[in-house]
Amino acid sequence: MSDPTRDPLPPPASAAPLDRLLAGPVRVVNIGLEQFATDLAGNGAAVVHVEWAPPAAGDTKLAALLAKLGS
Amino acid sequence: MSAVAKNEIRRGLYLDSVRLMQIAAALKSDVPGVEEAALMIGTPANLAILAAAGLIAGGVDAGPNDLVIAVCARDADAAAAALAAARVHLERRAARPAGATYRPRTLDGALATLAGANLALISVPGAFAAAEARRALGRGLNVMLFSDNVSLADEVALKDEALAHGLLMMGPDCGTALIAGTPIGFANSIPRGPVGIVAASGTGLQEVSSLLARAASGISHGIGVGGRDLASEVGARMTLAAMAALERDPTTAHIVLVSKPPDPGVAQRVLDRAARAAKPITVCFLGAETRASYGDRRVVATLSEAAERALGRPLAAALPELRTTNGRTRICGAFVGGSLCAEAQTVLRDGGLAIGSNAPIPGTAATRSHAAGNALIDFGADEYTIGRPHPMIDPALRDGAVAALLGQSDVAVVLADIVIGFGAHPDPARALARVVAAGPRARPLVIASVCGTAGDPQGYARQVATLAEAGIAVASSNAAAARAALAALGKPG
Amino acid sequence: MQLIEDANREAVRRIAAAEPVLIDVRPAGEVIPALGDRVLLHAGPPIEWARMCGPMRGAIAGALVFEGWATDLAAAERLAGSGAVAFAPNHHHGAVGPMTGITTRSMPVLVVENRAFGNRAFCTINEGLGKVMRFGGNDAEVLARLAWLRDELASVLAVGLRARGGLALKGVIARGLAMGDEMHQRNVACTSLTVRELAPALAQAAGSTDKLAAALAFIGANDQFFLNIAMAMGKAIMDPVRDIPGSSVVTAMARNGTDFGVRVSATGDRWFVAPVEMPKGMYFPGFSEADANPDMGDSTIVETVGLGGFAMAAAPAVAGFVGAGGAADALDWTRTMYDITLARSAAWTMPSLDFAGVPTAIDVRKVVSTGIAPVINTGIAHKKPGIGQVGAGVVRAPLDCFKQALVAFAATLGVA
Repeated sequence: MSDPTRDPLPPPASAAPLDRLLAGPVRVVNIGLEQFATDLAGNGAAVVHVEWAPPAAGDTKLAALLAKLGS
Repeated sequence: MSAVAKNEIRRGLYLDSVRLMQIAAALKSDVPGVEEAALMIGTPANLAILAAAGLIAGGVDAGPNDLVIAVCARDADAAAAALAAARVHLERRAARPAGATYRPRTLDGALATLAGANLALISVPGAFAAAEARRALGRGLNVMLFSDNVSLADEVALKDEALAHGLLMMGPDCGTALIAGTPIGFANSIPRGPVGIVAASGTGLQEVSSLLARAASGISHGIGVGGRDLASEVGARMTLAAMAALERDPTTAHIVLVSKPPDPGVAQRVLDRAARAAKPITVCFLGAETRASYGDRRVVATLSEAAERALGRPLAAALPELRTTNGRTRICGAFVGGSLCAEAQTVLRDGGLAIGSNAPIPGTAATRSHAAGNALIDFGADEYTIGRPHPMIDPALRDGAVAALLGQSDVAVVLADIVIGFGAHPDPARALARVVAAGPRARPLVIASVCGTAGDPQGYARQVATLAEAGIAVASSNAAAARAALAALGKPG
Repeated sequence: MQLIEDANREAVRRIAAAEPVLIDVRPAGEVIPALGDRVLLHAGPPIEWARMCGPMRGAIAGALVFEGWATDLAAAERLAGSGAVAFAPNHHHGAVGPMTGITTRSMPVLVVENRAFGNRAFCTINEGLGKVMRFGGNDAEVLARLAWLRDELASVLAVGLRARGGLALKGVIARGLAMGDEMHQRNVACTSLTVRELAPALAQAAGSTDKLAAALAFIGANDQFFLNIAMAMGKAIMDPVRDIPGSSVVTAMARNGTDFGVRVSATGDRWFVAPVEMPKGMYFPGFSEADANPDMGDSTIVETVGLGGFAMAAAPAVAGFVGAGGAADALDWTRTMYDITLARSAAWTMPSLDFAGVPTAIDVRKVVSTGIAPVINTGIAHKKPGIGQVGAGVVRAPLDCFKQALVAFAATLGVA
């Protein structure tokens, strides 16, 4: 008899995104420290690294405005 | 000296005009003595342009199917060199993988490149973290938020928004997760197995999962919820959601929850929920005063006990047989993992010792250093990590404290944790071994444990061997190391 | 902010719903009511004679002579400087024009109708390459060609288009993208497809073999003929996206050789201007950056709808203008534009990016947040009037326009 913990059925399409995440595999957008993306790729995970920079290149007034405009 | 114009006609050769202009630009910049150069298809209009630029060297017989290479140089030799260089360029085929240099600068740019993305791993400075997390949730992504210095209000709002959309919000201050077999952040290589872990602590998750791995078991998932999830304001929102998800997850047979002891209201909430769990569940409130105070047999107080409950059998625990020398009475610990420090405090406190720590558990005193008494210091605490890398990445501060302790004549045992895995220092055992090797011959016992597995880049066995070669006693778990310290002092553990 | 997200969703919907059709060619004065006596439209945001660049002044002088408002170029210059001529941007009158973009009443204009919303947009017919009015040319040869366009080609095109029921443009663009066009620097495929589509109707409309031959020869000799059609199409697509309260989508980008202007949906007809930048590119033999005119033309309406520099992945050869490498850079330029746009077109896709859609709906918030300015593929004019194109290259829209626009946009929502 098969072990249900080893050969699970995939979750139905109506399952919550969280359940679909656990069914795997993770596909990651990495925003910040590049080492995380390198390690994920080294472990065979699909990952894209975002070259993040502070909004408005550090102009605090524009950045504050952008935060209020919720972009 | 007058300039020399030379032409070459290549019959039936077509190349895009942009490529031709690039080659012309290269001839002008790379070949000495070239004053003007052009490569053009031999249409009448182009021939007129070449003539106007002084590039035609007498009658040129070229038609629209021919390529005219035209150069004007300071002398005949330079002109010939230019024509030769043009020939080389025309043969060359640029080979570069497409998209090798593109790096998206935004989440939306990334989503345009990676189809089916389902998790955003965010580690930007705290001031920007909530906005990035909010954007990711808004795009339907689960989030792992490594950043800290996010406000409680933001944490609650982010978790509520995640829950409303059936998404996971791991964090803030979550550095470790394992989802569907993929380690994320500071995590270890752990085989798949039936135990699902929900952790409000990174090293707590690392230790439990590593113990299971070394006991030939494994985990289904390790879900981080962020260090503050069980604070009263957050109310264990994500913990409860993760527990429910593991109940639904067909690969999970036993659930383990790891956290520092929460406030009583939150603890009750969690335990009420655990009582109704559809699967066996073990709740580790790390450093809980006594198990009996919860009146719930699911509650354990150490990580190694949690692993044993999940395994359904005791962990192999051969303690190093150690004895201290006279006059040495103190146990001091220097830790990189906050939960490992808490677990060691738990074992020593329950063994009857008076303990101090900079991150004290219930029943231990607050202390800032190893100056006096039994003191266990967490070098990952805020006061040591402002403007510095975490000691899991760079253990220099911790190792320096160990060096200082080695010279203390009243210290019986020095406890230290070696945490390996992805993201961690490439060889923390060697760094500690060097400190011990350079220390005095008459010194405290050094008892360590390695949190990690054979599959980690550093290699569990190699780390153990490095420590052993330096005369460091290696226990089979962090809890076992603390028990060995008690035993070395002749105290029952 | 929910209001902004909803408004932008509506903007994206309107862009996607557009159905641009080239329906007619008419004298500009007939379809643009403001074009009366001594009224002249130009490219870019508003600008007065004193600040105009050389090519634009040269073009204006030629146009004034062409309309018979001045007897010769010298008189025309005096007239232009006297204040007796009313200047206005093409954009203020439903029109666009490439480079100097001069539009006066008797010049024939292409008419593109957006069938989904009923609005129309106009653009003069592309004169061809070399010494032409859009580069500031104004001698007898230039004016004679304009007269031929007015008296001969316009009617052939008009009759042919009307008889055929117009030419639907979205499909032409889609095919052109698969054939190496990006509709700003590369229009040869779309020009060829257009000739193919219109040839039978033109044959019927021309009235004589000579007229037909002349029309086909003129269009066939001009790789950039389709540019002006694409520009009118861009204007027809973006005009219904104007004036959506709360939308941060860019509705127009345009240059007059001195200033670069940007318009945003929620801020209506306000122009946010900054000095144009100098294109970086490749020059025809005998010319260099020292000869280049600053950036000019309404042709950036093409980038505004996701083509041109935004669709560079469809035209890898164009990426050579950037300097290093080729095809891979083209893909990267387009990918970078994904970082500042809200959607990817369903209709217009690029084979080299696995048929991903072109980046559409520039969001002024994303431009300011990332610091990534829209990338534009452009021709480079000689700074002296009448010499013509001296090269082609890449130029960025000035970030300052978008910063100003962001502040004004926020103000419309009461946010500061």
